[in-house]
Amino acid sequence: MEKMVNIKINGIPVTVPEGTTILQAARTAHIEIPTLCFLKDVSRVGSCRMCVVEATGARGLVAACVYPVSEGMEVRTNTEKCRQSRKMTLELILSKHKKKCLSCERNHSCELQRLSLGYSVDEDRFKGEDFVLPLDDSTPYLIRDNDKCINCMRCVNACKKQGINAIGPIGRGFNVHIGSAFDRPLSESPCVGCGQCVVDCPVGALSEKSNINEVWSALNDTAKKVIFITAPSVKATLGEAFDMPIGTNVEGKMVAAIRRFNPAAVFNMDVTADLTIMEEASELINRIKTNKPMPMFTSCCPAWIRFVEQTYPEMIPHLSTCKSPQQMFGALLKSYWCEKNNIDPASLFVVSVIPCTAKKFECAREEMKGDVDVAITTRELARMIKTAGIKFTELPDEDFDNPFSIATGAGNIFGATGGVMEAALRTAAHMLDGSFEVLDFFAVRGTNPIKEATYLVAGHTIRVAVASGLDNARTIIENIKSGEKKYDFVEIMSCPGGCVNGGGQPTLSDSVRNSVELKEARAKALYNCDSGNSYRRSADSPTIDIIYNDYLSFPNSHKAHEILHTSYKADKTI
Amino acid sequence: MDKHCKFCGTAEQEQKLKAVIEESRDMPGCLMHILQEAQGIYGFLPIEVQKIIAEGLNISLSEVYGVVTFYSQFSLTPKGKNRISVCLGTACYVKGSDKILEEVEKQLGIKCGQCTEDGLFSIDSCRCVGACGLAPVMMINDEVYGKLTPKMVKGILDKYREVK
Repeated sequence: MEKMVNIKINGIPVTVPEGTTILQAARTAHIEIPTLCFLKDVSRVGSCRMCVVEATGARGLVAACVYPVSEGMEVRTNTEKCRQSRKMTLELILSKHKKKCLSCERNHSCELQRLSLGYSVDEDRFKGEDFVLPLDDSTPYLIRDNDKCINCMRCVNACKKQGINAIGPIGRGFNVHIGSAFDRPLSESPCVGCGQCVVDCPVGALSEKSNINEVWSALNDTAKKVIFITAPSVKATLGEAFDMPIGTNVEGKMVAAIRRFNPAAVFNMDVTADLTIMEEASELINRIKTNKPMPMFTSCCPAWIRFVEQTYPEMIPHLSTCKSPQQMFGALLKSYWCEKNNIDPASLFVVSVIPCTAKKFECAREEMKGDVDVAITTRELARMIKTAGIKFTELPDEDFDNPFSIATGAGNIFGATGGVMEAALRTAAHMLDGSFEVLDFFAVRGTNPIKEATYLVAGHTIRVAVASGLDNARTIIENIKSGEKKYDFVEIMSCPGGCVNGGGQPTLSDSVRNSVELKEARAKALYNCDSGNSYRRSADSPTIDIIYNDYLSFPNSHKAHEILHTSYKADKTI
Repeated sequence: MDKHCKFCGTAEQEQKLKAVIEESRDMPGCLMHILQEAQGIYGFLPIEVQKIIAEGLNISLSEVYGVVTFYSQFSLTPKGKNRISVCLGTACYVKGSDKILEEVEKQLGIKCGQCTEDGLFSIDSCRCVGACGLAPVMMINDEVYGKLTPKMVKGILDKYREVK
């Protein structure tokens, strides 16, 4: 049994396991200590000194995020000394911070701003040296403005946790800044675009490269037919941007809000998630039966694809050739839907709303250019809704437009780690054995970084693995390469927990991030959608029926290959 | 990094570096040691050398670069045959060593931290060589020159040019 320690925080007695930090212990007493460089599950460096507290037995103030409690310790978190120190820390940080707060994307969601207000700082108390560091906008998905950076290291640690290490601190003392090796632009680093650094940044130093203006112009252009398609996980997170509880499914309000922009249609990307499953499950069965390279890896996540192309090009033959739901949708709209409705594909402007920064890169890939015109993040959609003066929380629930409206539960869960695997298993198992009726594959659910399971279907043993977070993907690949593990089908999502925790999702205040199990809460909304859906298997979807009957004939048909599949190439430039 | 100072490491140097990596890779904090050795082998730490180290230790280039730029004794640019070090410590500085540095830069047509195209000179600044009584001071290789005036700089540099 763990040894317990008795301490007092602001006079409140607390008993916590030995080794607990003051910050964690304070939470059990419902006391919040301000933090900046600390972020649960991501970063713990104890460098910003915002969380300083007084503790008996310690000399001077200690950093609560790293200082462990000890028996009999008395901690005071809100003394004059603590407050003065935090205030001074903030004023020093602000001395070299580019204070363009009015137009900053993180205005109202900035941790530095929130704390500065709380501690009544004078933002101009110290005049720091004016630094003008170059803006890095070298990638199609991300902007780094180091003049706003506070060197908290959260982005560096997020990248490290992903096992990518594209960025790090450079230089020393006042010259320290965050960047890629040899101060090269991010586009020449191993960055894969997952955007975890963006959601973990406490200030406005990192943001997605916004495509909002292109969307507004297209909506203004009478010659353009603008189609919105929304990714599975957006419905589970968009509400957060409007102060709704985490895990609220806002699909109906989301559709209603987008419809207020007057687009030609709002379609449900869960439909092409189902379509992906039809193609991917058929590909899997084909691979099993024809002894093609196994295991097969999922291919929905563009950051994962980039990771394979850069780091493990020898694994490319293992990647499913299926395009992602976003790219399938774009391609289908510009072929099938245009033909059917006698529309010139050149007049179509497809906007995909995604939880992801890497999707901005994906839609610009040479192989698929033009399928989707722009990809905007959940955050960008929220900003558009606010700009348009739409009272989101008061909107009625509306349905997606036909014919791409109805999706199955399998499509719904695409946004959570294990979701694509489970969706594929439902259909693949049924394709192999028509009497296979299991719909819930619990072993692949949950936010464990790596999940494994084995299923026996129609005489075939299917060994599966699911990993989220690229460092875990690396573990899986290394295990396969060494021969230690054998799998038939592997799902990888780059972001820990899957798309619900994607780099394009709403940013939440540290006080929420540090106390809530975000990935679980968001994923729950998707699993609730699934369990309440009258269709659970992609193959049972009436929409899928129409698409194949009308246009594609059958999964992996020649036409399906032409429109819904793609290829990859090794990238050894990094 | 200086564009004109091209990297021309030899196979022998690379072999030496790889041997250092191999023998120290399991030592905690080995990166510092390897970087010091690498600088000894190559004289500086260009991207090519840092890449060998990153690959050898299976860490990212960004991590290696972070350490290299943190410590001022690591250099990203090659050093000249004659290494000039102008003291900018307190005593030298108040005696006008900034003017000495300026003059050296002017004479050689390069900036502090750089190396001349012919590889004959490189300039660095340092903080105190322990000869404050002679301020302002500069060192060329192991030779100390004290009580300098900007006018004296050219004559001193010429001595090194002659013994090419």
